[in-house]
Amino acid sequence: MNRKILSMQEAIAQFVRDGMSIVAGTALESLIPFSAGHEIIRQGRRDLTLIGPISDILFDLLIGAGCVRKVVAAWVGNVMMGSGYNFRRAVEEGIPHPIDVEDHSNFTIALALHAAALGVPYLPTKTALGSDLPVNHPGMKEICCPFTGEKLLAVQAIHPDIAIIQVQRCDPEGNAHIWGNTGITGDAARASRSLILVTEEIVSPDVIRSDPNRTLIPGFLVSAVVEEPWGAHPSPVQGYYNRDHGFYRDYHEETKTLEGFQKWLNRWVKGIKTRHSYLQLLGEDRIQELKVKKEALSAPANFGY
Amino acid sequence: MDIERGIENGKLKPLNLPVAIFHFQVQYMNYTLPELMVAAAAREIRDGEIIFVGTRLPLLAFALAKKTHAPRAIGFFESGIIRDTPAQEVLYTMGDSPNILGAIQCGSTLDLMGMMQQGWVDAGFIGGAEIDKYGNLNTSYISGKPPPNHPNPGFIRLPGSGGACDIAALARRLLVIMPHEKRRFKDRVDYITSPGYGTGRNWRETVGLPWGGPGAVITTQGILRFDPVTKEMYLASNHPGIPVEEILANTGWDLKVASDLKETPPPTREELNFIRAYDPAGFWTRG
Repeated sequence: MNRKILSMQEAIAQFVRDGMSIVAGTALESLIPFSAGHEIIRQGRRDLTLIGPISDILFDLLIGAGCVRKVVAAWVGNVMMGSGYNFRRAVEEGIPHPIDVEDHSNFTIALALHAAALGVPYLPTKTALGSDLPVNHPGMKEICCPFTGEKLLAVQAIHPDIAIIQVQRCDPEGNAHIWGNTGITGDAARASRSLILVTEEIVSPDVIRSDPNRTLIPGFLVSAVVEEPWGAHPSPVQGYYNRDHGFYRDYHEETKTLEGFQKWLNRWVKGIKTRHSYLQLLGEDRIQELKVKKEALSAPANFGY
Repeated sequence: MDIERGIENGKLKPLNLPVAIFHFQVQYMNYTLPELMVAAAAREIRDGEIIFVGTRLPLLAFALAKKTHAPRAIGFFESGIIRDTPAQEVLYTMGDSPNILGAIQCGSTLDLMGMMQQGWVDAGFIGGAEIDKYGNLNTSYISGKPPPNHPNPGFIRLPGSGGACDIAALARRLLVIMPHEKRRFKDRVDYITSPGYGTGRNWRETVGLPWGGPGAVITTQGILRFDPVTKEMYLASNHPGIPVEEILANTGWDLKVASDLKETPPPTREELNFIRAYDPAGFWTRG
């Protein structure tokens, strides 16, 4: 019996504790682990630090639910629609409670995780020089290149307590295939102290070994494997389902007020127990509509000798 | 990236640009303001260039350029995608499935940011909530007096940089798309999310930026460019039907006007045909 394979409830209960730092949403607009976020809310985690590039509405949702003390990110909002209202309410008005924000850019957050993945305390870059991002930022410092003397920005390594990463498929050990854009996922996996993998399906190790170049995460980095079909909805998972644009539009409209958000949260998160019930709520018609309509298989690569 | 992300702080839908939905009658041709802006943005892309494609209108502008005058342009999408053909369907975000099918590479953000830092990216598109006369952009915090009836005590939190700061810092040429309003076109921005020319002249060099800076700002009223020496923004063309006085009145500093001011050419029939076939529901261009 493989002990890594857990239900979402078990994985969040065992590995996510109050006050932890979590990196998520690492592929940018796709493969966002929404079902894990919902379970974190249901289990009432508090004082989390969220780390990520753009996060789409995942961070906004967790902030609104009161799970978050600090955000270390390049962007928080709703990519297609604009602002995240919970993020705004928290920063501007302290609702549901005040949060700290450490602003990054997509490049600096990628570098911070890459530094951790490389095992070095910082990495130098030329991005963000001249911007206000480094001003009073604990993780950014202007330095002078020891070789050329030019100005550089040192970006301090970030070591999240846990990464939550959505993938298309993995084997029972968590050796995971991802295809499509990977964003900062590889570095986030290596930078973190533990890792919950949420997968559309668990496949046999032979499938993974048939195409080792597609393995972004080796299983020894993985603490828990959660098989959760449609776990990334409303974000897209290439080859499984498309992005649910209407869901983001509705979220934008329905969360403008605090009351509206509470209603949304009760309907889509608190009022249900599992992803199965979530999918029932979503409805079969919508699921059929979002499913991949036409296969586009890659050409096989010959690994023979 | 981040075109118009945070603009209006979510109060307006993305396409409800301030004077959008006006249809101009030009040579028997109707077009919307976003269509004009997409066409103008596409024309800033030169054939064979590597373009860091932002989200929202630039997704459409890149596809249009590819189908018209810049068939050899290459698109970088910060989530890790490189394409040399437009996606087969209109995109709402760069992570949509059609943007992955047919890509020439799907990889990491760091790879593309790294190549931009090396100097590979000829031009990149971003948007802003605020811009100043040296092209510095703010998409992070707006302080000062809140708009009427706004509940917060003193500032508005916008979504942040995303990749905008990186594109502004590291692309060889920065292209900006944003609404033209006095409260957005300020003498100095409250916070520099994405550096333009700082305080002008050789500021970028002094802060350590290797090259680049804004080349064009495409607004709802005109196209603005930058003086090669002082790096101050000036009005290079006004859109058809928009008087220069109106543009000056909507700018928060004493905006200079080019001595050879032109009218922005309207979108051509070919451009409009493509835009409308590509985005038939008009999500980006109809409002």
